[in-house]
Amino acid sequence: MAWTNNVLRVNLTDGTCKSEPLNTEWAKKYLGSRGLATKYYVEECDPKVDPLSADNKLIFATGPLTGTAAPTSGRWTVVTKGPLTGAIACSNSGGFFGAELKNAGWDMVIFEGKSAGPVYLDIKNDQAELKDASAMWGKSVWDTEDMLREACGDNDIRCASIGQAGESQVLFAGVINDKDRAAGRSGVGAVMGSKNLKAVSCRGTTGTQVGDPMAFMQATGACNQILADNPVTGEGLPTYGTQVLMNVINETGALPTHNSNDVQFDGASKIGGEAMAEPRESDGKANLVSNAACFGCPISCQRRSQMDPNHFSVAGQPKYHGNEGGLEYEAAWALGAATGVQDLEALTYCNYVCNEYGMDPISLGSTVAAAMELYKIGAITDADTGGLALEFGSAEALCKICDQTGLGEGFGKEIGQGSRRMTEKYGHPELSMTVKSQEFPAYDPRGIQGMGLTYATSNRGACHLRSYTVASEILGIPEKTDPLTSDGKAGLVMAFQDATAAFDAAGICIFTSFALTLDDVAPMINADLDGEWSSETLVEIGERIWNLERKFNMEAGFTAADDTLPARLLKDAAKTGPAKGKVSELGKMLPEYYELRGWTPEGVPSNETLSRLEL
Amino acid sequence: MKITLKLYAALGKHLPDHAVRGEVEIDVDSGDTLERVLVAHDVPLEHCHLVLVNGHYVAPSERAGKVLEDGDALAVWPPVAGG
Repeated sequence: MAWTNNVLRVNLTDGTCKSEPLNTEWAKKYLGSRGLATKYYVEECDPKVDPLSADNKLIFATGPLTGTAAPTSGRWTVVTKGPLTGAIACSNSGGFFGAELKNAGWDMVIFEGKSAGPVYLDIKNDQAELKDASAMWGKSVWDTEDMLREACGDNDIRCASIGQAGESQVLFAGVINDKDRAAGRSGVGAVMGSKNLKAVSCRGTTGTQVGDPMAFMQATGACNQILADNPVTGEGLPTYGTQVLMNVINETGALPTHNSNDVQFDGASKIGGEAMAEPRESDGKANLVSNAACFGCPISCQRRSQMDPNHFSVAGQPKYHGNEGGLEYEAAWALGAATGVQDLEALTYCNYVCNEYGMDPISLGSTVAAAMELYKIGAITDADTGGLALEFGSAEALCKICDQTGLGEGFGKEIGQGSRRMTEKYGHPELSMTVKSQEFPAYDPRGIQGMGLTYATSNRGACHLRSYTVASEILGIPEKTDPLTSDGKAGLVMAFQDATAAFDAAGICIFTSFALTLDDVAPMINADLDGEWSSETLVEIGERIWNLERKFNMEAGFTAADDTLPARLLKDAAKTGPAKGKVSELGKMLPEYYELRGWTPEGVPSNETLSRLEL
Repeated sequence: MKITLKLYAALGKHLPDHAVRGEVEIDVDSGDTLERVLVAHDVPLEHCHLVLVNGHYVAPSERAGKVLEDGDALAVWPPVAGG
């Protein structure tokens, strides 16, 4: 079976690495990755724990399909309590590190305590050892990976590390693997930094054994065929990547612009997927070089980019002139439309910086947008910003403040606190576009009603990847619903939340759900693991995970009052586009959602619900 | 009358050469339907997955009868997704 049954427990305080057996009873109920790691986390940590204290724990987890021949099986997860939100944090990444960890023989790594000095964890199959990382402290993710390869004497290792942002505990610092794949959200990189854990290097050659190899190959073959035949996963995503959404969402009037003052951006066509593929005016070359894939992925939605070497942001800096991880939609939106910047090269540079220093581009861009509004209304001035004119639309200011944030310099220190804390400091908390202190992504709830409920109820703070109702409301997957009505959205959001949790727990990419249903996934799990697994089982596991996360958050101090949106979205109507005149109808959707969930009117999971889910 | 035609992703190749960033203003006859305009520009209807008029979705069953009006923006995509 594709559980290795080995959990690596690393005590950073005393420097020990110990193997222990996987709790298989929990694995049956929570499947893996996001689900199983969250179960371990809540069993071992006080919900009130300070996220940046030694008492917090940090879990790197794989799923039962991670590292197997299943399509998109490169996914892995970081679970902890997030310093940005104070809520459960579960940040999911692709690339190759997760599969390497699994193939080294580990289902999960649990970090506890705090090292006295900088260390990295060196894993070579069943051997794991903490080593001195003093020479790497202060280095970027990119430099750290190069140094680890040299230190290990092995170019085939895979790495997950933090950059300067994680070290200085920027509250939206991420953990970056394979140089440009990110467990980006909620500040999981800051937790790693707080523990003086710089990196994990991993080499795994033991392989991953599935329960029934023949049945597994049949099931994965069927899924691969579905993905290849589906026009979205077989052609749309490989060719255009996620960035094709920029013009779609702008046209539908749901592109949060200028810190959500507007819902359409007149520069959208200059920063989207089509623009990336066009020759630049400056040098005649396209920003987009190619697509690329994570481990085991037949979709290949990644973008590889090459900047104009004479662009002001990178002129004279050869390290940015190569082929690097390019813009994805969420990053391009946050760094672009949210800030009003329509210079594609500048956005590409800032995205590089997020990978290099280890930051979440969604929270970074959104926080910069909030700062630009503070600057516009005079709540901050040049005296606060060190002379930096933080004006909407300024590519120069954007590049500078991204640098400063990653390096913990100047006004970047304020940006690094996230928009909720920053706007509160300067007296305008209403300008923070956050839920549970986490910046929301690239869909305005006034124009896509389901996303308002998605953000408000997301257990890790505002997020699109907890229930991507955009698929239904805009793209018609699996069936088209009207984005401008809130009718029926409570059930839609709940269904997406539970299914997404199941996909996450399995260890495959949520993008497969554009083509695969849980009926397609279940045969892979069945052949992979012992026991009987059906789509109904997986939905129940998804619901259990969702309620477990919710229960933890309630015990951490969250209430129904936190299931809300920025006032701007609830009171200020959209000015243009199809949603003109509309606000988010969250107040209508939320009670229905609570009822469907089996929660009290106060948003608390009822005893009956908890009992039914064996919580 | 004039409308704005916007063709994105793989459909962009069906735009006239003078189109800029995926869109172009075109003349259409009064009473022209959405489908007639697309056919006139050699856009394969079977590839038209997401069709919006002024940002509002037009279902496949409504496209043949959807009459365009002066100033409309017709935007079309093949199957795409993201997130």
